Amino acid sequence: MSQRQVFNVFEQYQKARVQFVQMVAELANKPQNIEILQNAGVISLLRPLLLDVVPSVQQTAALALGRLANYNEDLAEAIVKDNILPQLVYSMTEQNRFYKKAAAFVFRAVSKHSPQLAQAVVDCGALGILVICLEDFDPGVKEAAAWALGYISRHNAELSQAVVDEGAVPLLVLCIQEPEIALKRVAASVLSDIAKHCPELAHAVVDAGAIPHLAQMIVSPNAKLKCQVLSALSQIAKHCVDLAEMVVEAEIFPVVLTCLKDKDDDVKRNGSILVREIAKHSPELSQLIVNRGGVAAVIDCISSCKGSIRLPGIMMLGYVAAHSENLAMAVIISKGVPQLSICLSEEPEDHIKAATAWSLGQIGRHTSEHAKAVAVTNTLPVLLSLYMAAESSEDLQVKCEKSMKNILQKCTHVPALEPLLHDAPPNILKHVLEQFSKVLFPWIFRCTSAEGGQLSTSY
Amino acid sequence: MATLARLQARSSFLRSQYYFRNRVVDVFRKKEYDAAVKIQSWFRGCQVRAYIRHLHKIAIIIQKWWRGFLGRKMYQLVVKVAYYTMKMNLYNAMAVRIQKVWRGYRIRKYCFNYFYLKEYLRAVSETNEAIRETLEEFAEMQEREEKKANLEREEKKRDYQARKMHYLLSTAQIPGIYNSPFRTEPDPWELQLQKAKPLVHPRPQVKQMYSPSLTDWLACTSAHSFPQSKFLPPITRKKCQGPFRDINEVLEQRYKPLEPTLRVAEPFNHLKLSREELRRKEWVQNVNDKMFLPFSSYHKNEKYIPSMHSSSKYGPDSCGEQHFRSENPKKWICDKDFQTVLPSFDLFSKYGKSYSKAGQII
Repeated sequence: MSQRQVFNVFEQYQKARVQFVQMVAELANKPQNIEILQNAGVISLLRPLLLDVVPSVQQTAALALGRLANYNEDLAEAIVKDNILPQLVYSMTEQNRFYKKAAAFVFRAVSKHSPQLAQAVVDCGALGILVICLEDFDPGVKEAAAWALGYISRHNAELSQAVVDEGAVPLLVLCIQEPEIALKRVAASVLSDIAKHCPELAHAVVDAGAIPHLAQMIVSPNAKLKCQVLSALSQIAKHCVDLAEMVVEAEIFPVVLTCLKDKDDDVKRNGSILVREIAKHSPELSQLIVNRGGVAAVIDCISSCKGSIRLPGIMMLGYVAAHSENLAMAVIISKGVPQLSICLSEEPEDHIKAATAWSLGQIGRHTSEHAKAVAVTNTLPVLLSLYMAAESSEDLQVKCEKSMKNILQKCTHVPALEPLLHDAPPNILKHVLEQFSKVLFPWIFRCTSAEGGQLSTSY
Repeated sequence: MATLARLQARSSFLRSQYYFRNRVVDVFRKKEYDAAVKIQSWFRGCQVRAYIRHLHKIAIIIQKWWRGFLGRKMYQLVVKVAYYTMKMNLYNAMAVRIQKVWRGYRIRKYCFNYFYLKEYLRAVSETNEAIRETLEEFAEMQEREEKKANLEREEKKRDYQARKMHYLLSTAQIPGIYNSPFRTEPDPWELQLQKAKPLVHPRPQVKQMYSPSLTDWLACTSAHSFPQSKFLPPITRKKCQGPFRDINEVLEQRYKPLEPTLRVAEPFNHLKLSREELRRKEWVQNVNDKMFLPFSSYHKNEKYIPSMHSSSKYGPDSCGEQHFRSENPKKWICDKDFQTVLPSFDLFSKYGKSYSKAGQII
């Protein structure tokens, strides 16, 4: 056979491989084809193509595998069982950026389903190569690698610790400073996933100097980036007072309030979560937020949205008011109580109502002035009706009862107490009567000890 | 004697008379006696009563003085106590006054300044107002920018549409569809079309290979300092007429091999390469590849890889157990093992007493 004929055979084979792999990759885009592909045993066929001589076949094979693994957990498990991941790790070291992107996509798709799969990805040594990819020049490779690390560390603290041990965090902080928005977003989401599990991991993120860069990115116009940055900061701040103070020192404060006014609902929600996590730790931090006008911004945010987006804002008001009576008074003068009572009556969901009831209880429990401010907005009958309603959940009833008790023990405003006399159950009624006795007793005493022993009407 | 007889005759009568006459007295005697007794007793009673009265008076005087004395003593005590109480009350009242003033002062100055609180709340509400205004402005600004961006996009789209539909413009002969003669004035699209430049479809560009020209990386970019064309003119063996160099010299010049300087000839990452080299050499000497990691948490997730000897599916190797001293409890006569009377060799003293159960003797 002449040389050309021999080459012809090889060329045909190569063309066939390229075509097969491209078709499989395209078919894997549609969910209905994936079942059929799985039954046809596509994974074992794609596996040798990963080590093919032609680079484009390798890349497309990796891309196809990634799409298959993305679809459901069984395919991802099949990929893990077939020992494809170590091969990917091995070949990723010497390949070009398209292959690295595709391989990182495979890792991401496999590890997103469950912690065991993520552990399998970690066990085959993928973390090392992913961290090396984070240092690559191409931003696409960095983004894919960071995304894969994010999905791995999302599941539990051990996996996050493994990611941190590989030294990913300083590289992620460098990624955040890159100009590409998608890369920034993914890096921020990875830091958020790492920091959310426990205080040590959050400290690891902070020690790498992430906070100033994250704080700078709050002002960016891209809504999704803002969401991720705010979520990262709130996951860092939620663990303990020191971390919250460090976040506050990065001077986020008036800027975060603009996020509460954003059009995008997710940004509003994440912004109010951040403010809540900072406010809940200590009175000083709450005072700081109040001094910067945070309470007004949160109340406006609550009034402008509905449903579970309001929940972090409501809880923030409760936390601020719980710390001290001055702060509760500050919440009252910022017109928080009418807003909360609107929430209480409007919201359909029980857990939001429970949170609102709790916040109102925290505001009203300090002194009689506070209780009066809560009572004049007519919330006590609403709380009572929620407590008595049969379809309220357990949690809601408990919280309503506690709030009512707390408010009633300080309330001396008689017009607000009167409606409760009619249909309150005995355990609430006794507090109402106690308050009545406190209000009325000096009056009766004065009258009976007047001259002539007659009830004087001059009082 | 007559008198005597008379007297003697009267003697018996005398006796009785004497008796009766004396008895008469006796009748009164008791009375008188009783009366005397009564008088005496009464008198004695009076005496005694007078005496007793006297005694009473004296006793009263004594008691009066004594009680007066006691009372005065008591009075002095009472006065002392009352005085003391009055003083203490005064002191207490003064102390309360001082404490009241001090406590009010302390609370107002150090703990809780009511006016400061009012001021603070007022400042908070002012800040709230300011923040609300700022946020309103911010939201308005964002809306304005969005609207502007939308308008610009619309504008661009309309422009693009007009450029695509340029051929619908009306000519002198034929009025276009937007310029109907039945309308009073042309449609605004007509004006748009008049303003638009005709859109040329982008021809499929031949992808040019990226060929780095010399000017990309050289500082000297003047046009004539380097030859423009890729190929040098051919050198024929024939010598040209004129003051030209020798052919061999020209050939030498053209095909002169590159003689890089020593600095250039060194690879630029020679430091890195030599470090790699050193690391590789040192790696050869390592017993264990894994770095010594400090804490147990680093080793937590490492799976234990048992050695081949103990993990083959044919059971562990019996070297060391069944050859040297094998035990078969089924063949024993009694339950217990032989007692060791003499201590065994050190070599076998640990036998069967190690911690691991790999030998399965324990």
